[in-house]
Amino acid sequence: MGPLVPDVISNNLNFIVALVIGVLFGAILEQAGFSTSKKLVGLFYGYDFTVLRVFFTAGIVAMIGVMGLEHYGLIDINLVYVNPTFLWSAIVGGIIMGLGFVVGGFCPGTSVCAAAIGKIDAMIFIGGALIGVVIFAEGYPVFEPLYKAANWGSPRFFETLGMSQNIFAFIIVVFGLFAFWFASIVENRVNKVAKSPIRLTPYYVGIASIGIIMAASAFIFPERKASLMKEVEDTNFVQSYKLETMTPDEFAYRLMDEQDDKFQIIDFRPEKEYTKMSMPKSTLFTLDNMFEKEPNKILTLKHKINVFVADDELTERKMAIIATELGDKRIKILQGGLNAFKEQILNFKPIENPKTLDEEYANRFRTKAKEIIPVLIKNNKSAGAVKKVQKRVVGGC
Amino acid sequence: MEKTEYMNPYLAGVLLGLLLVATIYITGRGLGASGAIKSYAVTAVETIAPSHTGATKFYQEYGKEHEGSSPLMNWLVFEVTGVLIGAFLSGLISNRLDFKLEKGPHTTTRIRIAGALIGGILWGIGSQLGRGCTSGAALSGMAVMSTGGIITMFAIFAGAYMFAYFFRKFWI
Repeated sequence: MGPLVPDVISNNLNFIVALVIGVLFGAILEQAGFSTSKKLVGLFYGYDFTVLRVFFTAGIVAMIGVMGLEHYGLIDINLVYVNPTFLWSAIVGGIIMGLGFVVGGFCPGTSVCAAAIGKIDAMIFIGGALIGVVIFAEGYPVFEPLYKAANWGSPRFFETLGMSQNIFAFIIVVFGLFAFWFASIVENRVNKVAKSPIRLTPYYVGIASIGIIMAASAFIFPERKASLMKEVEDTNFVQSYKLETMTPDEFAYRLMDEQDDKFQIIDFRPEKEYTKMSMPKSTLFTLDNMFEKEPNKILTLKHKINVFVADDELTERKMAIIATELGDKRIKILQGGLNAFKEQILNFKPIENPKTLDEEYANRFRTKAKEIIPVLIKNNKSAGAVKKVQKRVVGGC
Repeated sequence: MEKTEYMNPYLAGVLLGLLLVATIYITGRGLGASGAIKSYAVTAVETIAPSHTGATKFYQEYGKEHEGSSPLMNWLVFEVTGVLIGAFLSGLISNRLDFKLEKGPHTTTRIRIAGALIGGILWGIGSQLGRGCTSGAALSGMAVMSTGGIITMFAIFAGAYMFAYFFRKFWI
């Protein structure tokens, strides 16, 4: 599951990745014509809308791409850097940058691009930007109240507006297409040429159909989480699914065995109940945790046997099926759930007049377990919920 | 030799978008540019006046955020170095390498130089307030649908259109 940094790709290798990504970034910008200020500012005078087209196309593709990764469970969005929102700072900063755009003819990324191919004005622009940062740094006491005002955290726009992500994305796409159409009309008028603003060349039809296929695929292949949730709604399916089980006796034995470090309990009860009674070697887990990158690590620890527990076996089965479908290995469930465990072990009433040897052993073992386990539970300092370490990457500028 | 044409803007946009998705998938963060300029500015001031940076709040906060390493050991510094290389190679292939000061048809070199410098300064200040520039805040912000990023994006375009009329002599 993404992001690949820092688990798959180390932080040092990440610098090399940055360099490679930068090379591609620079090459695309340069090929698109972002290395000349005349083309860049054309957007604001109506003679060349290249920037608008490239920028909005890229934004839309990236936005939908990230949604796709999320949809198919390929990335944990909680770990992705979302630019923080400081309302006034964002607006004032943006307007200053806009002014800088029409005065200077570049933005920082494009100026680097232009400087690379020898544009002297771009080099001067970069020098100016360095001075600008120093001015900000020296004048920080003046800027600080504005810089830190109206801190909204890191919300995403559809959350701020209170609408669904899909509808928001749809609005942005429609807005983008409208902007492309409108830009072409303005461009024609300013440059006094007559080109149809909508041209159905194979090229554009191709790009549009890729978009439509992607959108359609999202309907055909439902979101991973939603589809798994739906599968486990079917009780017959859940009951007949093959899962490894563990008897309450074995569970009790391994719970008492201090040497046994392979045994690990994944507890799916509500947090309230968990804090009231938590077993040693156990971690509180939720359904959502299974779809998150960090908490999920505990399930993939090598050699550990994960015993899923809940009050009833049906819940255990559901969770275990989801985990198995997500690719987790060595998952077992406690037979009969914790209810059975409580009845057979914690509230054990010895079998009177044991007839067979088995019954006698059971009597002996369960009586002992009944004494020891409550003490273990009492002494166990609740490990609490699985740690949701939000190691968000520090990004932005 | 004739200069080659620029790429179709929609194709460039799709490629750029895919690159951004790949970047987010691999690193968990988007693209950027002004952050690297900030790193260089901080390094320069630190080198020239180390006692000054130790006593100024902005540099202290910067140091706290980027603890334990030089400001130049920064993802964006590497990325922007890549941009330089990539753009240079692209310019080389397409025959666009040339030392040249580009300006509008009705303006002087002196005005263009002043404009570029002042424009740069404005971006330096603005990108700090906006917590990113067109790449880091607007484009990457749009990719993850960040509220702040999208607001900054609209503010940049709104600001540019607001002031465009007054600086038209620079360009047309």
